[in-house]
Amino acid sequence: MSHAHETQKKPTGPAPLHGLLAEYESPWELVDAATKVRDAGFSRWDTYTPFPVHGIDKAMGIRMTILPWLVLGAGLTGLASAILLQWWTNAYDYPLLISGKPFWSIPANVPIMFELTVLFSVLTTLGGMLVLNGLPLPSHPLDLKERFARATDDRFFLLIEASDPKFDAKDTRALLDSTKPAVLDEVLEDRATPSEFPKALVYGMVILTAAAAVPFALAAKARFSKSRSPRVHLIQDMDSQPKYKAQRENPFFADMRAQREQVDGTVAVGELRDDDHLFRGKIGPEYARTFPPQIPLDEATVARGQQRFGIYCTPCHGFAGEGNGMVAQRAELLASTGAGKGMAWVPPSNINQAYLRQQPVGQLFDSITNGVRNMPAYGAQISTEDRWAIVMYLRALQTKSAAGH
Amino acid sequence: MAAVSDVNQFVATQDGGNPFTGPPQGDNPFAKITDNVVRVMAAPRPPRAWYIAFGISLSLLTMFFGSIGWVAWTGIGAWGNMMPVSWAFPIVNFVFWIGIGHAGTLISAILFLLRQNWRTSINRFAEAMTIFAVVCAAIFPGVHIGRPWLPYYMFPIPNQMGMWPQFRSPLEWDVFAVSTYATTSILFWYMGMIPDFATFRDRSKSVAKRISYGILAMGWRGSSRQWHRYERAYLILSALATPLVLSVHSVVSFDFATAQLPGWHATIFPPYFVAGAIFGGFAMVVVLAVPARQFFGLKRIITIDHLELMNKIMIATGLLVGYAYGMEFFIAWYGGNRTEGFTFVNRAFGPYAWAYWTMITCNVLSPQLFWFRKLRRNPWVTLAIGMVINVGMWFERFVIICTSLARDFLPSSWGYYIPTPVDFMTLGGSFGLFFTLFLLFCRYLPMVAMSEVKAFHPSVLAHAHGGGSHGDHH
Repeated sequence: MSHAHETQKKPTGPAPLHGLLAEYESPWELVDAATKVRDAGFSRWDTYTPFPVHGIDKAMGIRMTILPWLVLGAGLTGLASAILLQWWTNAYDYPLLISGKPFWSIPANVPIMFELTVLFSVLTTLGGMLVLNGLPLPSHPLDLKERFARATDDRFFLLIEASDPKFDAKDTRALLDSTKPAVLDEVLEDRATPSEFPKALVYGMVILTAAAAVPFALAAKARFSKSRSPRVHLIQDMDSQPKYKAQRENPFFADMRAQREQVDGTVAVGELRDDDHLFRGKIGPEYARTFPPQIPLDEATVARGQQRFGIYCTPCHGFAGEGNGMVAQRAELLASTGAGKGMAWVPPSNINQAYLRQQPVGQLFDSITNGVRNMPAYGAQISTEDRWAIVMYLRALQTKSAAGH
Repeated sequence: MAAVSDVNQFVATQDGGNPFTGPPQGDNPFAKITDNVVRVMAAPRPPRAWYIAFGISLSLLTMFFGSIGWVAWTGIGAWGNMMPVSWAFPIVNFVFWIGIGHAGTLISAILFLLRQNWRTSINRFAEAMTIFAVVCAAIFPGVHIGRPWLPYYMFPIPNQMGMWPQFRSPLEWDVFAVSTYATTSILFWYMGMIPDFATFRDRSKSVAKRISYGILAMGWRGSSRQWHRYERAYLILSALATPLVLSVHSVVSFDFATAQLPGWHATIFPPYFVAGAIFGGFAMVVVLAVPARQFFGLKRIITIDHLELMNKIMIATGLLVGYAYGMEFFIAWYGGNRTEGFTFVNRAFGPYAWAYWTMITCNVLSPQLFWFRKLRRNPWVTLAIGMVINVGMWFERFVIICTSLARDFLPSSWGYYIPTPVDFMTLGGSFGLFFTLFLLFCRYLPMVAMSEVKAFHPSVLAHAHGGGSHGDHH
C-alpha cells in the first residue's frame, strides 16, 4: 500500500494506513507488549519512550550496534594521524632542533597522540550515532498524531508498520489488543508534508555553498600566481611607523635629509685613535719599520700571534704561511679540474717571498687591517694588539724560513 | 542513592512572586518531571532575579570585551605583566577557568561510569558550566600572546613560511588538549540534550520555538532502536571523556612542571592540579545550582541531598589539595635543594605571604565546616563556602605562578608583580561572559536531563530491579 503511495504523483482519496499505534502508561507494560510482538515475528516495528527503558532491548530483540567498532577504527585513525602529523612536520618536513633533543621521540609526542585519538573517536561517536539512527529525520507519519507528543513526556508507544510482511489489519489489531494498551490507534501516511525539500531552500544552500568557496578559490589563486601589487595585509602590525629612515627626504631640516650628520670633530669614547704608529702602522707618511712601544716584544706576544694566525690566516695561507691553506688547495683543484676549470684565481701570497720579507711591519699591519687584493680587511674582526701580534709571528715565520734556505 | 530525586516529595516555598515555585503539573511522576523543567522555557518571562542577574552579567561582559579590546589596541603593556612575572593574570585566569571546567565532565562521565545515579539531576548544569568555563579559559592565552589575531599559528596550518608548530612543547599540547576537551564537552552536552530538545519541541507553543528546538532535536522521537545506539554512544563518550578530563589539567600542569623554575618543576603537579580542578569545579557547580534551584523551582529535582553529596566531594578534594600543599613543602625539604627550599619558605613567608595564607584559609580550612551535617545541608552556607573556595582556587594559581616567577634563580632579576586596573577588569569581565552564557542556558535550554531523571525515578528502578525481568518471559 505504502509502496503504491510512493509511486503516485498526486495522491487522492483517504491516506493509506502507515501502521497501528498502541499507547501504554508504564514502561513495564510496554516491555511485556514488545515481548509479544517480537515473538509474533514482526520485523518493521518500533517502540517510542521518553527515556531508555530497562530491558526493552532484549524484549524487542535489538542486536548490538556496530558503533563501538566504528569508534575503535576512528580512534586508531586519530592515533595514526597524530603520529604522522608530528613525525612529518617536526622530524621530516622542517626538522626543528630543540635543545639538542631527537627530532622524533615517542614520549614528547604522546600527549597529542592521545588527544587526537580521543578527538577522532568522539566525533565518530556522535556522528556515527546520528547516521546509524537515520537522524536528522525532519518528518514522520507519527508527527500527525497529537497524542504521540507524549512519547517525549510520559507515555510509552508501540508502532507496527503496515508494510511489515506479517501485518494483517485484523490479526495485528487483535495481537495489540491482547497487550491491553491504554489507547490503540491507526496511523495514516503523511500526505500533508511534502516529501521533497523546499526548492528555495535547496537553491539557497547551493548558492551559499558556492559563495563560501569563493574566498578559498581566491586564496588558491593568490598562492599560484604572481602579482606586482603589495600583499593584502589586514593587520598592519608595525609595518608603517611615523618615523624617518636614513637616506629619506625630510623637509624639516635645511639640507632636506632625514639623517643627521655628526657635529664636526665628534669622536666617540675610546675611538680617538690618534696614535698613528699603533693604529695605522705609520710614522709620519712612511710605514713604520718598528713595532709600536705599546706592543711588548716578547714570547707571549709571538705565542698570541701564532694562535690568532692559526684562526684567521691559516685557512688561506697555510700553517707555515706558504699560501697553501685548505681554501687555496681546494681552489687550485677546482680551477684545474671539474666545473671551475679555466677560472681565474688569485692565490694567497706566500709570506716568505723576498718582497714581503722586506716590507716594513707597518705595511704588513696595514694589509691585515684593510686587506689587499683578494684578501678582505680584518680590522673589524681582530683587535689592534692582536694584529700586531700576528705581524710579529709573521716576522718569526719569515726569519725561520730565511734561515732554513 | 537514587531515592533522593523523589519528585513526589513536596517542598514548601515562601516567595510567592516566583512563578516557578509551585508544585509541577501532571498526573504521573514523569509528567511532573517534564513540567518542572519545561515550564522555565515555556513561561512568558523568567523571574525578576534573572533579569537583575542578567543585567549585571551583561555589563560585566561589556567590560570584558572593552578591556580586551583596549589591550588589543594598545598592547599588553596595559597589564601589569613585567619581567620576571611575565605570565601573571592572563595565565592565572586561564588555569582558574580551565580548572572550573573539570567538574562538568567529571560528573557526566566519571560518575556515570561509577553508576552514581544522583548525578542525573546536576549533570546538565555541570556540563554547561564546563563549556562556559572553557570558553572563558580559551580567551586568555589567545589574548596573552599580545597579537590576538595570530593564534592560528598554534595550529598546524600549511603556510607560506613552510613552518609548523613545535609538537614537543607543553604549550602546544595545551592547544590540543584544551581544544579537544572543548569539542568533546560540547558534543557530550549536545548529545545529552537531544532527547530533551525533543521534549521541548513537543511542548512548545510558538512556531519559532517549535522550529528552533525541532532543528536542535534533529527529529528525535524516542525510538527504542535509536535509544539503544544513543545509550551505547553515551557510554563510549563517557569512557573517552574520563581519561580526557584527567589529561587536560595534567597537560596544563606540564606547562609548569616541565619548566626548570623552582616551585614549578615538580612531578606532583599533574595529580595535584586535577584534584584542585575537581575541587574548584564542584564549588562552582554549587554556586550555580543553589540560586538556580531557588529561582527556577528545581528544588524537587536538585534536592538538599544532592548538595550534601557534592559538599562531601568538596571535603574529600579539599583534603587532597591540602595534602598537596603540605607535600610540596615536604618535597622541597626532603629534596635538599636550597633554591627549592627557599622558594617554598618565600611562598609562605615572603612578599606574597598574604596570597598564600588566603589560599590556605579558603581551600583547606573553609571546607572543614562541611564536617558539620547542619552546615552541609544548608544551601546558603554551601553557596558561601563554594564562593570562598573559588576565591581560594584562584589564589592557588596566583601563588604558584607569581611567587615562583618573582623569585627566580638570579636575585638581580627579582621583582614584585602589581596588577593594573585593566587586569582586574579582564578578570571581573570574564565572570560576566560566564554568567551571561549560564543565564541564557537557564532560560532557553533544558537545565536538567529530564530523560535521565525519569529513567532513574524510584518507581522505574523499583520495578526494574524488584519486579523481575520483563524481557525474559516468553
